[in-house]
Amino acid sequence: MIIYGVAILAFCYIIGQLIGEFLGKLIGVDANVGGVGFAMLLLIFLSDWLHKKSYFDKSTENGILFWNQMYIPIVVAMSAIQNVKVAVSSGFIAILAGIVPVVICLLTIPLLAKLSKNTKPD
Amino acid sequence: MEIIVKFLEKNGLIFAFLVVGLIIYLSGIISDKLTRRKIPASAIAILAGLVIAYFGGVYSGGEKGIADIKIFSGFGTLGGSMLRDFAIVSTAMGASFLVLKRTGWVGALSLFLGIVLSFLGGVGVALLWGYRDAVSLTTIGAGACTYIVGPVTGAAIGASSDVIALSIAAGVVKAITVTIGTPFVAKFIGLDNPHTALIYGGLMGTTSGVTAGLAATDPKLVPYGALTATFYTGLGCLACPSILYLLVRLTFGG
Repeated sequence: MIIYGVAILAFCYIIGQLIGEFLGKLIGVDANVGGVGFAMLLLIFLSDWLHKKSYFDKSTENGILFWNQMYIPIVVAMSAIQNVKVAVSSGFIAILAGIVPVVICLLTIPLLAKLSKNTKPD
Repeated sequence: MEIIVKFLEKNGLIFAFLVVGLIIYLSGIISDKLTRRKIPASAIAILAGLVIAYFGGVYSGGEKGIADIKIFSGFGTLGGSMLRDFAIVSTAMGASFLVLKRTGWVGALSLFLGIVLSFLGGVGVALLWGYRDAVSLTTIGAGACTYIVGPVTGAAIGASSDVIALSIAAGVVKAITVTIGTPFVAKFIGLDNPHTALIYGGLMGTTSGVTAGLAATDPKLVPYGALTATFYTGLGCLACPSILYLLVRLTFGG
């Protein structure tokens, strides 16, 4: 049933976010620390385990995949409610902050590829 | 007319579904016809969202973009943090630790390097622009990872809406740069085999950019790049508001 998938996702979301809340309190940051990340890790483990036990049928999986497919539309809606008017006045920074990391990372690719090939027999 | 406006206000979320669907549909056409899929539909749609937010903000004078206009208030629900985080968590579904393990240590290394280097690049640019507070620096650095990690991080550590918008914009610029740039740089960086594609996905991270860019280079490479890129957002959402934020705070003060 599709609701099982949604419920599994909700379980991971709640546990992950709660861990994030508690962790935030623990280290004295008044914020949720990595809750989404913990929820994702939990979902990876849980779905792996459920697959192995073959508890995952197609419609259960679809309950999760639906939200997977909804994430770009949600991001579109999210971008439509941001304070872009103020951000635009900062102008060029967004373009540079987007391009600089790409250039830095591109430069490291041949290095990483070489490094890993040297240590591998193939 | 009044009946329609009142009805749309009352059914805001449903109306937002319709409008976002239309935006994505039109973006698909623009991506196909005008850019020959060089720029992915999702990137165009997100840019359209930012443009709409700009005009919404100018029109209403508020801080919440289009959501400050009453009939579009449903955007606040659809794009709010609850549904957003819920949907992001679901993307972890496609990833499996076993498969990642098979890619070897270099896949994991590329992930860590990709996040830290992008983050530092973003923080560096933000510093150049005169930002000095840890929250803004971290949020912009996270936006330099992906347009998902940016707002998640910003929301978690309490960044202002304009800094969050900036981090999304940086992430969108990155996605477009990766998409357009991949076929051009492929030759120079040896991007012609699954092994390099895995490293590429891990370093770049932006899932939409990596998949679209690899599709334009060699469709066979897409799943390999997408695999590591899927982990990127999760790891970024984990590392940016926690370890990296704390490091930035230690360096620049709270």
